[in-house]
Amino acid sequence: MFLINCPYCGKRDQSEFSCGGEAHIVRPKQPTELSDDQWAEYLFMRKNIKGVQFERWNHAHGCRKWFNMVRDTSNDKIHAVYKMGEKPPVE
Amino acid sequence: MKKFRVYKTKHVDQTKTVSFNFDGKSYHGFDGDTLASALLSNGVHLVGRSFKYHRPRGIMSCGSEEPNAICQINEDTDLTEPNVRATEIELYEGLKASSQNCWPSVNFDIGGINNFISQFIPAGFYYKTFMWPKSFWKKIYEPLIRWSAGLGKSPTKPDPELYDHKHVHCDVLIIGGGISGIIASKIAAKNNLKTILIEDKNILGGSTIFQKNENYKINNKYSSEWLDEEIAELQKLDNLTIKTRTSLAAYHSYNYLLAKESISDHLPLDKKNGGIRQRLWKIRADKVLVATGAIERPLVFNNNDRPGIMLANSVKKYLDFYGVSCGFNNVIFTNNDSAYETAVSLKEKGISVEIIDIRKKSNSKIVKNAEKLGVKIYWNSTIVNTFGHRKINSIEIMNLSEDGSNVVGDKNRINCDCLAVSGGWTPMVHMHTQSGGKLYFRENDQTFIPTEIDENHINVGSCNGDFELEEIINNTNKKVKNFLRVSETEFDNTSVLNSKELDKRNIWLLPNYISEGKCKSFIDFQNDSTAKDIKLALREGFKSIEHVKRYTTTGMATDQGKLSNMHALGIIADTAGVKMGKLGTTTFRPPFTPLTFGSIVGRSVGKFFDIIRKTSIHEWHSQNNAKFENVGQWKRPWYYPINDEGLHDAVQRESKAARDSAGILDASTLGKIDIQGTDASEFLNRVYTNAWSKLGIGKCRYGLMLNEDGMVYDDGVTTRLGENHYLMTTTTGGAANVLSKLEDYLQTEWPELDVYLTSVTDHYSTASICGPNSKKILTKIFPDTDFSDEAFPHMSYQNAKIDEINCRIMRISFTGELSYEINIESKYGKSLWEKCIEVGKEFKITPYGTETMHLLRAEKGFIIVGQDTDGTMTPIDLQMDWIVSKKKYDFIGKRSLYRSDTIREDRKQLVGLLTDDPNEVLEEGAQIVSDVNKKPIEMIGHVTSSYFSPNLNKSIALAVVKSGKKMNGQKLIVPMENKNINVTVSDSVFLDKENKRIYA
Repeated sequence: MFLINCPYCGKRDQSEFSCGGEAHIVRPKQPTELSDDQWAEYLFMRKNIKGVQFERWNHAHGCRKWFNMVRDTSNDKIHAVYKMGEKPPVE
Repeated sequence: MKKFRVYKTKHVDQTKTVSFNFDGKSYHGFDGDTLASALLSNGVHLVGRSFKYHRPRGIMSCGSEEPNAICQINEDTDLTEPNVRATEIELYEGLKASSQNCWPSVNFDIGGINNFISQFIPAGFYYKTFMWPKSFWKKIYEPLIRWSAGLGKSPTKPDPELYDHKHVHCDVLIIGGGISGIIASKIAAKNNLKTILIEDKNILGGSTIFQKNENYKINNKYSSEWLDEEIAELQKLDNLTIKTRTSLAAYHSYNYLLAKESISDHLPLDKKNGGIRQRLWKIRADKVLVATGAIERPLVFNNNDRPGIMLANSVKKYLDFYGVSCGFNNVIFTNNDSAYETAVSLKEKGISVEIIDIRKKSNSKIVKNAEKLGVKIYWNSTIVNTFGHRKINSIEIMNLSEDGSNVVGDKNRINCDCLAVSGGWTPMVHMHTQSGGKLYFRENDQTFIPTEIDENHINVGSCNGDFELEEIINNTNKKVKNFLRVSETEFDNTSVLNSKELDKRNIWLLPNYISEGKCKSFIDFQNDSTAKDIKLALREGFKSIEHVKRYTTTGMATDQGKLSNMHALGIIADTAGVKMGKLGTTTFRPPFTPLTFGSIVGRSVGKFFDIIRKTSIHEWHSQNNAKFENVGQWKRPWYYPINDEGLHDAVQRESKAARDSAGILDASTLGKIDIQGTDASEFLNRVYTNAWSKLGIGKCRYGLMLNEDGMVYDDGVTTRLGENHYLMTTTTGGAANVLSKLEDYLQTEWPELDVYLTSVTDHYSTASICGPNSKKILTKIFPDTDFSDEAFPHMSYQNAKIDEINCRIMRISFTGELSYEINIESKYGKSLWEKCIEVGKEFKITPYGTETMHLLRAEKGFIIVGQDTDGTMTPIDLQMDWIVSKKKYDFIGKRSLYRSDTIREDRKQLVGLLTDDPNEVLEEGAQIVSDVNKKPIEMIGHVTSSYFSPNLNKSIALAVVKSGKKMNGQKLIVPMENKNINVTVSDSVFLDKENKRIYA
């Protein structure tokens, strides 16, 4: 079980958090102008990387804040956590 | 009878007799014994039958690796437990244990016939045989397999014992209380670190605690004496918590570990006193030090599984620790020096022992020691056969060829009553690999050794491949210093004397003159897989170790292959001509030893299994005979039977009363979210399909919420309380998810919006009063409020007071009747309800439950999200086009409403169904077809809601049907098991299509 460093609360057990899937997928500002394919790309397509992945996490049983995490899915190493709206750390 | 307890040790108190029962016979042992040592002290070796061939099996080891001696304990009591290792149960007065996997008894077992037909049941037998004929599966094969499979018997009664969970944080966790764990604990605790040491046995010391041999000395003392002093000092350290009888179950990432502490397992039944039996420790450690030691390997040779064949170091422990001699005519079969310690121990106590060593020589001190004591050694020899049915009585040995691939010369028969085998040592790397650690293969002694991965986790001692005493002490000291950043320790100048092993030889499968097909060389004793099975799997094309494991079931028994995995790997490597290091290992998964369900579940049983939420009016419902149903975590009144009324009658009565006069419903469980902020209106515009900006203050509106994929997610009425203030209601079950979803959008997609969300579900209680007399009742309760349609129209709200207490009254309707919902602070909920009931008496106000609510709304064709929808329904599918704003530029899910899939005309759409026979009520979930003659019959939809309406005096149903929108009036069929029900598609609104009743 991970020990996650919530950017608002500090280190907490993984059981307090929920994962919200891939990060940095921006909801299109003008959905109506998108083709079916473009909309499907936003709606359905997600990466599933073995290696370093950017993820959304929510401190659901804590401060309820969403934040982002850089995690290596091959060994579960958490490289960074950062607040929503902040730029991802450059590798 | 022979006395097997040959001398006194300090670990077993021979003044305290303990009686126990095994397989119906009474025996006695002593305080300090395990069940295994007590059985051996009574000369009992045969304790079970093997899984597949039902061969007689005896105690083989003295620890958690035991494959054979697994028992059912305390059978016929609530506390019975299957698959308990006799080597791990501490003996207590009155313990009752029995053998497993044999019928009718361990001495005469019918299943033993499998041994004679074993030629015909090789690996994969089940996969190959029970395939055909297909009809045999249900009646013959499955019952047969079920009867013969499994080991012990599960308890049939609820577990009466208590289990506990404990969360702990520490600086250093040390796993294993052997010599290296003790050294590490002392260093850590003395350097101001909060340290926990866990050990699965009841005392510390590992195998050094009974080592009293001239060749192994520390600071000029016997290693056991030196360790005793260390342990005594350890007890005095404040920073150190020592947990014995605590076994590590799992090592998860980020140093999160689970350990099971046995608290009352070793106590007699009458002394358990209903206290806690086991406690699961959930430990988060800054640093973890694994010192789990090593497990002795058996050797793989023909008929290597007879009772009396044991691991050499276990024979030594039974002798030196428990004072029990496993035999009086011992033979040791080894490939390494460690087994000579057993020989020396036996010989020093005057017990006969001979050694068969596959090596050509060894000149170490311990070997010389044994020779000097007169132990006869057969060098370069192997065992080719063993004899004795219920216990070993003799062996046959031959010389090995130069390269060890064959046997040469004559057979030599040797009598024995105990055969102690040692195939070297396997580091217990389970914990290391569970945590994500990797292994490398060390050729010189054929072991997998941990590769350090992380600065917060190390392995020390023999689990790290250090087998010699000197290495163990010095390397542990060095590694721990480095790990904990300590510059000097008391162990820096420890002088260690030990016999060093220089000669090594390893043969995974020992050769034989008997053809391979006729040898029974067991690898996995518990699952009965042999070397032959492994080779068969390879011949049949299995290459990956993971596949061979599953096909032959090697390593898949309750011992998880602690004794068998290395040999399986070795034989695969030799047969396939691959290097073992290249082959890799199978995956070590938690738990290390089986955990009880009780310890996993802890206190979360019975009423603590899940949270139960009750409204503030709950007590009234109970007192008034309500039957409850679970809605999410809530207990909601389902119906209120009068006298002997059943569900149907109660619901018919309640439904009629609600439409004829007045009904009252506890609607407190609906989710309530308080929404404030200057952008609240804009926010609602984005999350609901309809428009919100123009909703006047004091007005209510129904809203439908979609997922981004266009599917209906939730619904409810939202009231505008002020310019920037709304109260949203959600479905009962969806409340938490809706709040999370809204928070997600606010934080991540629209952080620019000034909106604040607060869950107020528990803050308000809601009484919903409906029916033509509801206005009269409300007027009596709130005499100062004007309830005229002009002053208080449908879909609006007013503030009002009862006895100075503020209420919000919403005139909204989920039944189609004139209806009001009164919200009041939860603490006044019950008083409000009682007042409504009191005032409503003259109008025969009738409390109704969720079932009636469902019926009433179905009469009006109102949907229930989650009943009439299932995550594949768009508002268009529900024929609710009216609620989808055409003008709004965007809302969640809008774009998805015109994807090629969502605009298909043949999607399932919500319709009404009327049965041709008005008394026939459809079953919810029933399939709908249009043609029963054309096969295969196409299912075109299913029934989602179905009731007998007392107000319409006929059966009504809602259903989703392909292209249903265009089917009004069409005849369809609902096929049931014994009949076809004819139905007609109708409008989904069955009652009061003109909506007159809300103005009654």
